[in-house]
Amino acid sequence: MAPLLSVSGLEKRFGGVTAGKNVTFSLDAGEMLAIIGPNGAGKSTTFNMVGGQLKPDAGSIVLAGVDITGKPPREVWRLGVGRTFQIAQTFVSMSVVENVQMALISHHHQTRAVTSAATHLHREAALAFLARVGMAEMADRPVNELAYGDVKRVELAIALASEPKLLLMDEPTAGMAPKERTALMQLTSDIARAHGIGVLFTEHDMDSVFGHADRILVLVRGEIIAAGTPDDVRSNQRVKQVYLGEAGAQAALKARRQAVGAH
Amino acid sequence: MDLSFVVIQALSGLASASALFVIASGLTIVFGVTRIVNFAHGSFYMLGAYMAVTIVPWLLQFDRSPTLFFVGVIASAMVVGILGVIMELVLLRRIYKVPELFQLLATFGVVLIVQDVVLKIWGPVDITGPRAPGMRHGIEILGQRFPAYEMFLIFVGPAVLGLLLLIMHKTRFGVLIRAATQDREMVGALGVNQAMLFTGTLFLGAFLAGLGGALQIPRLPANTGMDLSIITEAFVVTVIGGMGSVPGAFIAALIIKMLEAFGILIFPKITLVLVFLLMAVVLVVKPWGLLGKPEVASGRAVLPEGILNLKAFTRTEALVWIGLAAALLLVPVFGDTYKVKVGIEIMVFALAAFSLNLLIGNGGIVSFGHAAYFGVGAYAAGLLVTGPLKAPMELALVVAPVAGGLAAALFGYFIVRLSGIYLAMLTLAFAQITYAICFQWVEVTGGDNGVVGVWPSRWAASREVYFYVVAALSLTTILALRHLFYTPFGYTLRAARDSATRADAIGIDVKTHRWLAFIVAGAAAGLAGALYSFSKGSIDPTMISISMSIDFLMMILTGGIQTVMGPLVGTAVFHSVKDFFMPLTDFWRFFLGVSIIAIVLIFPKGIVGAIDSLRERMGRGPAPQPKPAGEAA
Repeated sequence: MAPLLSVSGLEKRFGGVTAGKNVTFSLDAGEMLAIIGPNGAGKSTTFNMVGGQLKPDAGSIVLAGVDITGKPPREVWRLGVGRTFQIAQTFVSMSVVENVQMALISHHHQTRAVTSAATHLHREAALAFLARVGMAEMADRPVNELAYGDVKRVELAIALASEPKLLLMDEPTAGMAPKERTALMQLTSDIARAHGIGVLFTEHDMDSVFGHADRILVLVRGEIIAAGTPDDVRSNQRVKQVYLGEAGAQAALKARRQAVGAH
Repeated sequence: MDLSFVVIQALSGLASASALFVIASGLTIVFGVTRIVNFAHGSFYMLGAYMAVTIVPWLLQFDRSPTLFFVGVIASAMVVGILGVIMELVLLRRIYKVPELFQLLATFGVVLIVQDVVLKIWGPVDITGPRAPGMRHGIEILGQRFPAYEMFLIFVGPAVLGLLLLIMHKTRFGVLIRAATQDREMVGALGVNQAMLFTGTLFLGAFLAGLGGALQIPRLPANTGMDLSIITEAFVVTVIGGMGSVPGAFIAALIIKMLEAFGILIFPKITLVLVFLLMAVVLVVKPWGLLGKPEVASGRAVLPEGILNLKAFTRTEALVWIGLAAALLLVPVFGDTYKVKVGIEIMVFALAAFSLNLLIGNGGIVSFGHAAYFGVGAYAAGLLVTGPLKAPMELALVVAPVAGGLAAALFGYFIVRLSGIYLAMLTLAFAQITYAICFQWVEVTGGDNGVVGVWPSRWAASREVYFYVVAALSLTTILALRHLFYTPFGYTLRAARDSATRADAIGIDVKTHRWLAFIVAGAAAGLAGALYSFSKGSIDPTMISISMSIDFLMMILTGGIQTVMGPLVGTAVFHSVKDFFMPLTDFWRFFLGVSIIAIVLIFPKGIVGAIDSLRERMGRGPAPQPKPAGEAA
């Protein structure tokens, strides 16, 4: 079976800085793939190239057989890519449910409709998506009154509203309390597996990465230096040297112990 | 066309470019550091000229020497620089953190105040300055005479550019200016005394404007229209050059003035259109101007200034509005002619203001030139009725919104490609170009005098009947526009305002939707303009002026841009007060300026916003403080 997403030979330079060099990887439906790497390794760049926010200098991105290289975000989204941002992006003047309704209105090509009022449009469907992320009770609260962890959940619901094939999550747990992090990552991986959605995420929090990713890519100075299961990456000598350091190695160990304990 | 003529034309182009650059450089530096587009920069320029025509002749009494002439010019610029410092200390310091719409309005308030102060001190008559001693002769160039003072001006621009670059690169103050232009927050975080930096920058900026004005006196008499005429040109220069970039301003001033100098030979009437085309092309290719840098997004999701949560009318609210509408419709029955006239004007302006709030309050598109579409509608209707066609009013009322919509489509195409302050300046520049065309194309538009004889059809000729024509058209259009706020289209606009990134990431084509909104608002304003021209019986360029655009902004601000219906209340209050006060005082501009600043500083939510928060406080205890939805990681 062809992979859901296949990225090959992506290149991106900013002036003299190489942010992406022959970045090649693939992702299957229902799989959680994490991209990790030190600051400035090119994680967000790779991410924004897949999401359409940046145009690659070279290389190709194919989603479910369709070439999406260099297409603008709104087209990438229509082809089945939902995304969340490092700093949550929501419609702050709207209620929680209206945020999701907005995504559904766009999904149904109704953004230019001027006959009916918007408040009741797709409300039931929106509530269902909110229920999926556990935010149904907050539906009519203004989104700007929510705690940040809840805003992230709303963003996830928005991203899911178009029934995407692929979910892009740029540092999904940034700015959250440790407990919230685990909950959000668990929620994401449950949804991904239940609905066969591929998830590509970047993350600084090693617990989230080693606890939830099926596979990990390690990016250093724009290049993939290692790829594989969490175990492969954990035991990879080069990764230990250039990236994880002592603290990272310990976190990896801890995650493994927890994983073993759970079985 | 012989060579000597080309050379002379090029030289006068260079001299004008040089003079324009001196002024624009101050504007761009002040923007770079404070992120405030200072409308009052034009006022500083005007004050520079008035200071110079006062100081220089006095100095020349002692000795008619070039030295004393330039001492006078520099002294005038210094005085203006100090006025800039006062403005920073008294006003700007309080508005660095407020949304740019309020900043622009507040500095425009200063423009109005200065206008009346200048009128009071120097009077309405133009004051001709002395010629520069030692530079009164002409210089022979290829058999043609070229004024020596113009020759001198050609060198002033590059000299100022050189000095500014020296200051920017060799002094601590200059390095701080450059640093602040790149990243203001970082400069603050490094412990730089920001207050001093900002005050110093305002001195430099106002000094340059004053210098530009003072240097004009041998070429141009000091007059009360200088401020607004120069500010548009300076805006165009800074936008094309890239805001905050001094070398960019130099290049832009050079290109524009050369284009004008030679454009006038090829298309004498449409040099303005050439400038417009140039700006459009530059902004499409380089949205941040020739040497400008993209604005650094703050990244944080801040609560936007505008409509927050749409609520449907409660029963009481609906009853109140129905009652108000009924009372309005009874005005011709009980009121006198004056009240009927004011009623018509309020309805017309309410329509224009309401359409503007679709853009600003709902779409976050801060338009500073809504009068353009109002004016295009008025002129389209007026010229159709009075021109060779002698079309009836009915046809004119159909054509006017189409014309307004077409103008909005043309300008909007470029405008929606930008955001924030660039967008606001471009709306203003387009409006000024429209104004200039109506002002200068005398054969068709009647120029300054406009066109008279724009009367309604016979059946609607009486004021009372025309009142109901206006009521029917404006109230139904307002209702239709109000409906738009609540539709998916209205929500989409608001979504794009809240987070363009998020909107783009859920498949929304932000630019196209903004463009459509611009066209709708332009068409509604065009209809309002036509209705207004028939009520006045004439058209003239004041209908397109900056003051008109500012009036519309004041109307929606008085009512409150956070509410859907606020603009209607704001229009009624603002227009009645203005209509009542204007005949009573010679200083209405002064008072208008002061009230604009007062609204920005103490009453930013407008009347309806204030009523809402009062109700909230009475009903549910203290209103919850809105907090930013996200924090930077």
